[in-house]
Amino acid sequence: MLIKLIDVNKSFKDYKVLKNINLSINKGETLAIIGASGSGKSTLLKLMIGLERPSSGQVWIKNEDIAKLNEEELDKVRLNMGMVFQYSALFDSMTVADNVAFGLREHSSLTEAEIGHIVEEKLNTVGLKDFANYMPNELSGGMKKRVSLARAIAFEPEIILYDEPTSGLDPVMAGKIDKLIKYTQEKMHVTSVVVTHDMDSAYYIADRIAMIYEGEIIALEDAHAIKTSSDKRVQEFINGGRII
Amino acid sequence: MFILEAVGSFVLRILETWGGFIILLFQTLKQCKRIPRMRYVLQQMAHLGVDTLPIVMLTMLFTGMVVTLQTVTEFIKFGAQSTIGGVVTIAVGRELGPVLVGVVAAGRVGAAITAELSTMKVTEQIDALEVMATNPIRYLVVPRLIACMVMLPLLVVFGDVIGSFGGWVIANYYDVSSFMYMQSINSFVVIHDFTGGLIKAVVFGSIIAIIGCYYGLNAGNGAEGVGKAATKSVVDAIMAIFFFNCFLSLLLYR
Ligand SMILES: Nc1ncnc2c1ncn2[C@@H]1O[C@H](COP(=O)(O)OP(=O)(O)OP(=O)(O)O)[C@@H](O)[C@H]1O
Ligand SMILES: [Mg+2]
Repeated sequence: MLIKLIDVNKSFKDYKVLKNINLSINKGETLAIIGASGSGKSTLLKLMIGLERPSSGQVWIKNEDIAKLNEEELDKVRLNMGMVFQYSALFDSMTVADNVAFGLREHSSLTEAEIGHIVEEKLNTVGLKDFANYMPNELSGGMKKRVSLARAIAFEPEIILYDEPTSGLDPVMAGKIDKLIKYTQEKMHVTSVVVTHDMDSAYYIADRIAMIYEGEIIALEDAHAIKTSSDKRVQEFINGGRII
Repeated sequence: MFILEAVGSFVLRILETWGGFIILLFQTLKQCKRIPRMRYVLQQMAHLGVDTLPIVMLTMLFTGMVVTLQTVTEFIKFGAQSTIGGVVTIAVGRELGPVLVGVVAAGRVGAAITAELSTMKVTEQIDALEVMATNPIRYLVVPRLIACMVMLPLLVVFGDVIGSFGGWVIANYYDVSSFMYMQSINSFVVIHDFTGGLIKAVVFGSIIAIIGCYYGLNAGNGAEGVGKAATKSVVDAIMAIFFFNCFLSLLLYR
């Protein structure tokens, strides 16, 4: 068990965003999280990497309850984690290449030449090798997303959290990103949590799919079981409200 | 009752923000135990210095000129033209230099720091730093604090010289000879008039950096949050500069 959430609740002021979340994710597993806008998916990811602290409950990453750690201890845990933000969150004062190199420069003892090599390779993987010297504000939304992805995988973390990695991409690029996520799982045994609205992508990449509905996990099953779920809320979501 | 309530909430608000500044200051000092990256510090210093030097020069030139303009005729009336250089230089070195440079820097540098950090905050770049196991205080606040603490005294040095020069221009116009002006500086001004001002500048530099960073890191959401944060940062920094200036003058020049 690499990630384990026990009885997690999260409220902002009086508003309960997540209610009694229990969730275990195995090493090497890819979990997709689906759910309507505002149901708490991004908040759930932020809890897993300590950007938000739970109002109550425990968040275990490997063998530490990160809800109890201070910032310094948390940073050690985060060295094994990467995150792709919903709105990319690129450092806009740095070039694309510097963005991707950031974690390596801060935390590794690699030489500039080695870092440059990794950066080139990762940018190549996301199809942006010609854009290394661009500034983030010179890129389209989808390109930013891919830089953000390259930045998250540059450090080759054990756990990667993706917040809607394929939204805003064209179908071909979205397909490539899906393949990339699957590739990191198969070749590098990365554990991934992927928030997505794209059901085809969820079916393709995920070992299990969790559906959040109004802050609660109402289904946690493999793709087949989700497709054939008898829960009306699940059926409505995966069919986009069109009853088939 | 209404007045008491208003006073109470006003005081509470002040205490809350000042508590915030002080906590940030200590968190920043704590992060200094790991040697900060010189590259980031130098970047900030270049940024702050280059941005602010022209305005500082202009401000101090005109200030030196106008102070002399207002005093020189009175001094001549009392036959005290031989003291004018010293008086202007002391006024500039002790008070006008550090305070005006501080105020200009609060408007220029403090606002820029707040705008930059609050934009980073609302676009989740600060979160991205944290996710990459990089403490935002160590990465963002420490270099800015050091840069401000070093650059403000430097700017004050330039400002003092230009201010005194502005005084000389006007004094010359009123037939106070250059020799007399220099002579009076030599006989009246002691080194402490100058170093005291530099000590003030170091304090003002840290005030600008800490308040600027505080409002940046705690900005509300959206473009509105960025704008509000920048305004508050400038106002609070200027207020703090005047307050600490009074306090420091008592301490340094009593
Ligand atoms: N920092 C915050 N302060 C207050 N409320 C918040 C905060 N962050 C999130 N919320 C609230 O929590 C709820 C869930 O937000 P979250 O971003 O997790 O949704 P989401 O499932 O990711 O939605 P989307 O698919 O649109 O990205 C929303 O109602 C939002 O208003
Ligand atoms: Mg979201």
